[in-house]
Amino acid sequence: MEQGTNIIELKHITKTYKDGFSAVSDFNLEVKKGEFVTFLGPSGCGKTTTLRMIAGFDLPTEGEILLNGEPITALPPNERPINTVFQRYALFPHMNIYENIAFGLRQKKTPKSIIVKKVKKVLELVDLEGFEKRSIDTLSGGQQQRVAIARAVVNEPQILLLDEPLGALDLKMRKEMQLELKEMHKELGITFIYVTHDQEEALTMSDKIVVMAEGKMQQIGTPEDIYNEPANAFVADFIGDSNIFNGIMTGKLKARFCGGEFVCVDDVETGTHITAVVRPEDVVLTSPEKGKIRGIVTSVIFKGMHYEITVESGKNEIVAQSVNCAIVGEHVGVNVEPDNIHIMIAEDHTNIFAAEINKNNELAYNGTVLNVPLTNIIKGSREEDGVLFDASGSEIDLKKIRIKISIRPQDIEMTDEQEDGLVKGYISNLIYKGDHYSYVIHTDLEQDFVVDDEYLWNMDDQVGLLMPVEKMIFTVKK
Amino acid sequence: MHKFMFSRKNLGIPYGLFLAVFVMAPLLVLIYFAFTNGQGEFTLLNLTGFFSDPNTLGTLCYSFGIAAVTTAVCLLLAYPAAYILATSRLKAKSVIVLLFIMPMWINFSLRITALKEILTWAEGSLAYHPFLNTVLGMSYDFLPFMILPIYTTISKMDEALLEAARDLGAGGLQAFLKVTLPLSLPGIISGVSMVFLPAMTNYVVLDMLYNSTYIMGSLIGSYFASYNWHGGSMIALILLGIVCLFTLMTRGIEEENTRGGMLL
Repeated sequence: MEQGTNIIELKHITKTYKDGFSAVSDFNLEVKKGEFVTFLGPSGCGKTTTLRMIAGFDLPTEGEILLNGEPITALPPNERPINTVFQRYALFPHMNIYENIAFGLRQKKTPKSIIVKKVKKVLELVDLEGFEKRSIDTLSGGQQQRVAIARAVVNEPQILLLDEPLGALDLKMRKEMQLELKEMHKELGITFIYVTHDQEEALTMSDKIVVMAEGKMQQIGTPEDIYNEPANAFVADFIGDSNIFNGIMTGKLKARFCGGEFVCVDDVETGTHITAVVRPEDVVLTSPEKGKIRGIVTSVIFKGMHYEITVESGKNEIVAQSVNCAIVGEHVGVNVEPDNIHIMIAEDHTNIFAAEINKNNELAYNGTVLNVPLTNIIKGSREEDGVLFDASGSEIDLKKIRIKISIRPQDIEMTDEQEDGLVKGYISNLIYKGDHYSYVIHTDLEQDFVVDDEYLWNMDDQVGLLMPVEKMIFTVKK
Repeated sequence: MHKFMFSRKNLGIPYGLFLAVFVMAPLLVLIYFAFTNGQGEFTLLNLTGFFSDPNTLGTLCYSFGIAAVTTAVCLLLAYPAAYILATSRLKAKSVIVLLFIMPMWINFSLRITALKEILTWAEGSLAYHPFLNTVLGMSYDFLPFMILPIYTTISKMDEALLEAARDLGAGGLQAFLKVTLPLSLPGIISGVSMVFLPAMTNYVVLDMLYNSTYIMGSLIGSYFASYNWHGGSMIALILLGIVCLFTLMTRGIEEENTRGGMLL
């Protein structure tokens, strides 16, 4: 297959529904002939809508779709040389397998002798030789999936669209089909556009991944690019497991996050607020004296190929993957190679930190009770005799849930009366932002808080942080 | 002592009794009368009599004709209505469906009386077009029974199937003929059997519209009115046979349809 020419181009595609909801906004994409492109994102990110616009089921409100340089934006689906494998297969239940697969060829008035040959060949391709006469409902999910693929592929489309085709299959079957689809892509040389919310599937199969969120493209690149160099915190969080820390550049190739100063390879201006991403497999656990930061192992989970070890350092949590086991309660040191720290310039400086739940089922931070009942935070829950029950009436194990607090920099106030603050610390950095100063306060709990203030404070000032409870946003993590 | 045990089986007793008293017993009585004469002796005369009497055969054909035409009219009216209702994205959809069903809540004789007045006004006298009037009356009466099952099957249909057809190169009409129509067949079949069978025997509409022609229902009525229980029973039995045959036929089509045979 000749590589290099664009088979399909999406230019400034926007889809807005009548109620004002924007499913896709200003989406631009070029797909080269023969590529395997995957749209990856959580549900509701606009990936299926984009696919449907390429197929012709939905019309974009703005923008243009070009196929081989020709505009096809308004062409009905039956006039596009594009075929789709639907999420729930959409096989015709009143036709047998042969008739299902022959449907497209019959529409094109292909002679019967050729149809018979093509159906036979495509059934061989999907490993269902001799299944012509079988009816749809005698097939397993995996077999129906193969028929759906065969029905689309037999038309020799220029582009094959696959809308979460493996979503309904069990794990083992899914893994098998992933490899088979990849093989099929190589064999047929057709351009594949694949939609999935499964990051592993996307990483395994694609030549190119388009990560989407809230109708916008977050990043486009090869699986390696996306995994190693995520463009923002969303991509880092969505692709693989990540440790994500807020931090600040403290010098040339030096970044401070997670209570330690690390050498990194990304050259970002000193004083910039950053988000640092470290993959769990890149976290190196050593003895406490050798580590850049120290912590205590809080959980060890065996995952087959490795152990997943959670280390608590101050108020930060670091997840590590290691082939060596660790013991809960053990003191360890944590190191990360400069190469393995991925630095992104932070646009959003929201402070995120963990809250505690005390013995009386009250939310607390740094020993201070926050005046918010847990029943307000956990949706649908109620308290009876000191025990919390969820919406379905079963008891909530408070040891198993974690509550994160997020608060914006402008909602935190600094005070000289250190003891009045929820937490105290010193100003470790400040930058003038035009109409206000942005401060970094390093707290006694080894955490960095970003605080916006219009007045000038001095470096190393000892301050207390006042955080109004009503400005806090709580998220529950199980 | 044998204690009465409450089991699931016992729950079936009232139902069994009901079946025995109200279904099996009348059927046996019907069969007994159909194959006996006034003296209680076995005879096939009732059967041969029915098929050798041109009047009764004529009535059978007339009934069949009325039922067939009524069913066809209902289908032609109901399918587009049901299709449009099921596929439109109208917010007032349920209200419109309700409008079609609402006449069913009004007393049937009242409806036919109203129709009678309209027809008399339009045609001058009901006597001019007895067949047409009967078909109109029955279609009006049975239309909701045709719309509802078709509407249900079409609205339950997976929209992705139509998209798949379009995706595979079928235009709007082709997609309808190859996918929507065959898949709405179960709805059509149940609609047809809910209209055709009652239309064959419902003589109230005829009566009320002053159609003096007999159909099967009125024929049985007249036999019983003149105390010919044996002849009447035989006609009822024959009608029952036709109904059974029809039901078996439609079930056959349905089964073949679900098995994946091509119908169109």
